[in-house]
Amino acid sequence: MAGMELLSDQGFRIDGRKPHELRRIRFKKGVFRQADGSAYLEQGNTKVLAAVYGPHEIRGSRGKALHDKLLINCQYSMATFSTQDRKRRPRGDRKAQEMTSHLKQTFDAVVMTELFPKVQLDIFVEVLQSDGGNYCASVNAATLALVDAGIPMKDYVIACSGSHMRDTPIVDMNHLEESSGGAEVIMAILPRCDQIVFLEMNSRLHEDHLSGVMDHVMVGCKDIFNVLNQQVQDELCQKTELDKIVTTG
Amino acid sequence: MADADLSEAEKTFILHSVQDNFREDGRGNEDFRHLEVETGLISNTNGSARVRLANTDVLVGVKVQLTAVDPEKPEVGRLEFFIDCSANATPAFEGRGGEELGSEISAMLTRAYSCPSAVDFHSLCVLPGQQCWLLYIDVLVLECGGNLFDAVSIAVKAALFNLKIPNVTMTKDEGGVELDLSDDPFDFKRLNVSGAPVIVTVNKIGHKHVVDASEKEEECTLARIMLGVTEKGSITAMRKEGSGSLDSDSISEMMEVCKSS
Repeated sequence: MAGMELLSDQGFRIDGRKPHELRRIRFKKGVFRQADGSAYLEQGNTKVLAAVYGPHEIRGSRGKALHDKLLINCQYSMATFSTQDRKRRPRGDRKAQEMTSHLKQTFDAVVMTELFPKVQLDIFVEVLQSDGGNYCASVNAATLALVDAGIPMKDYVIACSGSHMRDTPIVDMNHLEESSGGAEVIMAILPRCDQIVFLEMNSRLHEDHLSGVMDHVMVGCKDIFNVLNQQVQDELCQKTELDKIVTTG
Repeated sequence: MADADLSEAEKTFILHSVQDNFREDGRGNEDFRHLEVETGLISNTNGSARVRLANTDVLVGVKVQLTAVDPEKPEVGRLEFFIDCSANATPAFEGRGGEELGSEISAMLTRAYSCPSAVDFHSLCVLPGQQCWLLYIDVLVLECGGNLFDAVSIAVKAALFNLKIPNVTMTKDEGGVELDLSDDPFDFKRLNVSGAPVIVTVNKIGHKHVVDASEKEEECTLARIMLGVTEKGSITAMRKEGSGSLDSDSISEMMEVCKSS
């Protein structure tokens, strides 16, 4: 695109953000009555729905049951209208399968699987609109859905993406920035324990810049965590006050 | 669709109460549940709508594309339906589980909209004999709370109503005619959907007919009829489902009930 630089001389990105600025995050828990836990999350223009079912008896082949741990079953699917060009198959293509296994790996590390042997937990993620940061938004939405379902976890899992552009590390990229060909670092962390659960990098990045970008992405994740945690705690306080009124009043 | 295990006592209760025109949630036999319709939610699409009919949640996106015309019908545009039953609705829909249901709904919608007066197909034609608009109507079923067909057809109609087709400018070249899509977000035309059909499902419980069944009522249904009905009352498609048999009197009764809904 002629005349459109990803990072302008004044330090602004295409959508007007500063390099370390996140997109607007809005979310709502408990959107589905049928699922045990559900959440809808918007990160900028990326909109993701997550639903959690379980823990329940293993569906399908009993052979897959793990005798000492919970079996986490993930499915990542994108709506056909989610991308600019219409997507033919919502799931089953390579990208979706890769995302599914990444999500499974991420949540295997965080959910307290020793508490539920021989049963299965389902996490379903549906991307309604895709504008970059699909994995990150999926992880964040799934975390909220697990919180809504009351599944015991070690900590929140928050994911964020980052890159390095014109000597400046940027955080939380949208679709244009992702497809520009620069390196992309995606990280999922446990914010309170400062532990990295998932790390992925695409394209080429000089090793001198790597630690800088990772630090910025960590900060980005912690910012997202603050935003999400704040609202979750507020909702919880409101709910407990309500319960207090009901039980005492 | 989802697991609604009913005991014998519950089934008997529903059966008997329906005979007295009284349903589980207090509705009459011909009342619909609370319905919410929202349009214009997804900015990637040319038209979108979301319908919440009690527990049932359906999201529809419509995208337009210029394609070559169907040689048998060179003056009209085309619609293509795709239904995706998301695993969010029930874990049974994971992977390929929801495909059967999806193809059923898609077939019903295609038949309902194949009638020439449903949508003004001629307005979808850009260059007679060469190019026309192809509308990809994608339905995403997020939650199944009974009466899925009706919710889907309402959402499709709402999305088509919300649809903005960009205006096309034609420039004549030596090689042929070149088509330019307008980039201006305010330069579009709308589709006339006053003739678009809506599917109404009538379930037979005992001897009475019930409209807009919840999941529990659907479990008690012997048979059901789905009709695609337009505003003027003409029927564009019809389908019977279920293991019970219906005699012709009940069918005509049910058709009357459908039309009045």
